[in-house]
Amino acid sequence: MTHVATSPHFKENAKAALADTELQNALKFVEVNIVTRRREVVDRLPEFDALRDSARDIKNHTLAHLDLYLEAYEQKVTAAGGYVHYAVTAEDAKRIVLDLCRKFGARTVTKGKSMIGEEIGINDHLEANGIVPVETDLGEYIIQLRHEMPSHIIMPAVHLTKTQIEADFRRAHDKLPADRDLTEATSLLTEARTILREKFLAADVGITGANFLVAETGTSIIVTNEGNGDLTQTLPKAHIVLASIEKLVPTFEDVSQLLRVLARSATAQEMSVYTTLSTGPRRADDPDGPGEYHVVILDNGRSSMLGGDFADMLRCIRCGACMNHCPVFHAVGGHAYGWVYPGPMGAVLTPSLIGVDQAGQLPNASTFCGRCEEVCPVRIPLPRMMRSWREREFERHLSPATVRGGLAFWAFFAKRPRLYGLATSLLARLLALIGRRKGRFGWLPLASGWTRHREFPAPQGATFQAQWKAHKAGRR
Amino acid sequence: MPEGQAKRVGLFVTCLVDMIRPSVAFAAVKLLEDAGCIVEVPRQSCCGQPAFNSGDRATARAIAEQVIEAFAPYDYVVAPSGSCGGQLKTHFPELFHGDPNWLPRADAFAAKTFELVSFLVDVLGIVRVDASLEATATYHDSCSGLRELGVRAQPRRLLGSVRGLTLKEMRDPDVCCGFGGTFCVKYPDISNAIVEKKAANVAATGASLLIAGDLGCLMNMAGKLQREGKPVEVRHVAEVLAGMTSEPAIGAPAHAQAEPRR
Repeated sequence: MTHVATSPHFKENAKAALADTELQNALKFVEVNIVTRRREVVDRLPEFDALRDSARDIKNHTLAHLDLYLEAYEQKVTAAGGYVHYAVTAEDAKRIVLDLCRKFGARTVTKGKSMIGEEIGINDHLEANGIVPVETDLGEYIIQLRHEMPSHIIMPAVHLTKTQIEADFRRAHDKLPADRDLTEATSLLTEARTILREKFLAADVGITGANFLVAETGTSIIVTNEGNGDLTQTLPKAHIVLASIEKLVPTFEDVSQLLRVLARSATAQEMSVYTTLSTGPRRADDPDGPGEYHVVILDNGRSSMLGGDFADMLRCIRCGACMNHCPVFHAVGGHAYGWVYPGPMGAVLTPSLIGVDQAGQLPNASTFCGRCEEVCPVRIPLPRMMRSWREREFERHLSPATVRGGLAFWAFFAKRPRLYGLATSLLARLLALIGRRKGRFGWLPLASGWTRHREFPAPQGATFQAQWKAHKAGRR
Repeated sequence: MPEGQAKRVGLFVTCLVDMIRPSVAFAAVKLLEDAGCIVEVPRQSCCGQPAFNSGDRATARAIAEQVIEAFAPYDYVVAPSGSCGGQLKTHFPELFHGDPNWLPRADAFAAKTFELVSFLVDVLGIVRVDASLEATATYHDSCSGLRELGVRAQPRRLLGSVRGLTLKEMRDPDVCCGFGGTFCVKYPDISNAIVEKKAANVAATGASLLIAGDLGCLMNMAGKLQREGKPVEVRHVAEVLAGMTSEPAIGAPAHAQAEPRR
């Protein structure tokens, strides 16, 4: 599917999501299970917070010297017999990947999970050019069957229930016996594995993402739990790595620290099941491996974030902890955010990548509860950056006229405490008079958003400041 | 401040308490005076959070300047709210970043500003209060107080000293109630989905009283519990600690006319 952003329709998306009972059931897994397990695994590691500081520092250091590390990385990749391609835009990246696939005469391409692949819409591009992309990560495979986008950066199909997935498999795998048992997660996995095994063998090119690109060795690293990445990258003639510039890390020492916070933050594991390292193509004495090794490094607006208000976002290691802990994500899921990256990290990153005019709703749809920042393994100040986006919107007059009008009206009084005191005193007395007996209002003009769902308490009477003045006079 | 002299505290009332529930401010005054402080209330409107969180930095700054000026004479600034307290203590200095005139003033202001319960416990060293209330209560950690100001143990500690009061923790007491200031106005349906879960967690404890330290969150949770017909009273932590629970709870009907005293 093409990634036309529905982010401008966040409110409508959210409404639909709130009414979707299957989705609401599926989301409980994130809200309850993932959060609890992360807590447990983090509590078992006393130095976790120190590691977070270290992870933050490693990424900050790398970003401050990104040009040098990119150059060093490229030299090492080239020395190992691989190729590095720089893509300024998503279009560039798609063209480079397509050209490579054509060079290898590819008809089928297997894919490991790659958010950069989603960001540039590589599957659509390949398909439009007669090449069949096959997602091999179970979650990605499921959403490819459904022609959907991932709803989460590490659990792409977390918005679905087992029953829905079973129905998809029965529809897509219609050659298999209809009476087979697909009620267990393991049977779904086995079926996907069986189907995918043939695809792995047929593929001409394998595309994976990268969690890290290591400058000191020219190594790309992916962490997975299914092992699909290994088959994707070792069996075909060529391995293409899709990555973005901020995946650079100086050394293996650094990677080993980042891995310790990544798996715990992402899936509440101490280590992912597979941590796969690739350096160049197959060497003469290697038992297997791709004939060619290419790395496509995407910028797509990231370099312009360096040194700016949103530079901290480039530290992100895509663990998903922020969305796993976000009450808004728990309520509406990832698709409501309307593009590739959901949750708090998406609310900050998406406006950078597709424009705040498109994605302006996202940084507004936060209660600023701060739980995202509290769990972020690289300590990204997500609420602060969401607020920075709101400031940009306000400066550019992108926020709705009603919001601006209401704010200006309120600000007029708030900036004049004496007048404010008079106005609120009148209002409080009036509302108290009407509502005191019942103690609350079931409906209030201009507050229908509130009273649609909840009662509004009646003021007790005069404002505190008015009462205090009288109280003080009485004390004298 | 010289040893032995009474601390002069400027009470930052907060706009919601000022208008909706003055009894919270009177409770704060009582707690502070009982602790030996001299409490004063300079003229004030709001901490400016609605502007700050809507991206209107200029208005937020103008209000911050006004607040800093108004509270300049006091040794301490105390607010019965973690949210407004967080704005004053954490975000005011951010507003004056790079301003050589105002930043030092904002920093000094931030240093003397505290959320009420953390002021009582962390600054004044109070470990118990003289209050009683026969009830089983559950305590909600409001987000800003918890994550910006580290308010978690202090209210539980003081509530633990209220005679007759039993605290029963709810599931996820530290998860947002969905209020979020302007959020609940801009995204009422999402806000509702979040407060529905909170109300269910509160009700599941079987507690008859819900306590928190922020009136915004309290109004949100009380409003939801009442709409759902759940019989839970909702009160600000200051009212309970001050033993001032004779006022009807948040959103509760006015007491019937008291019998004339004989």
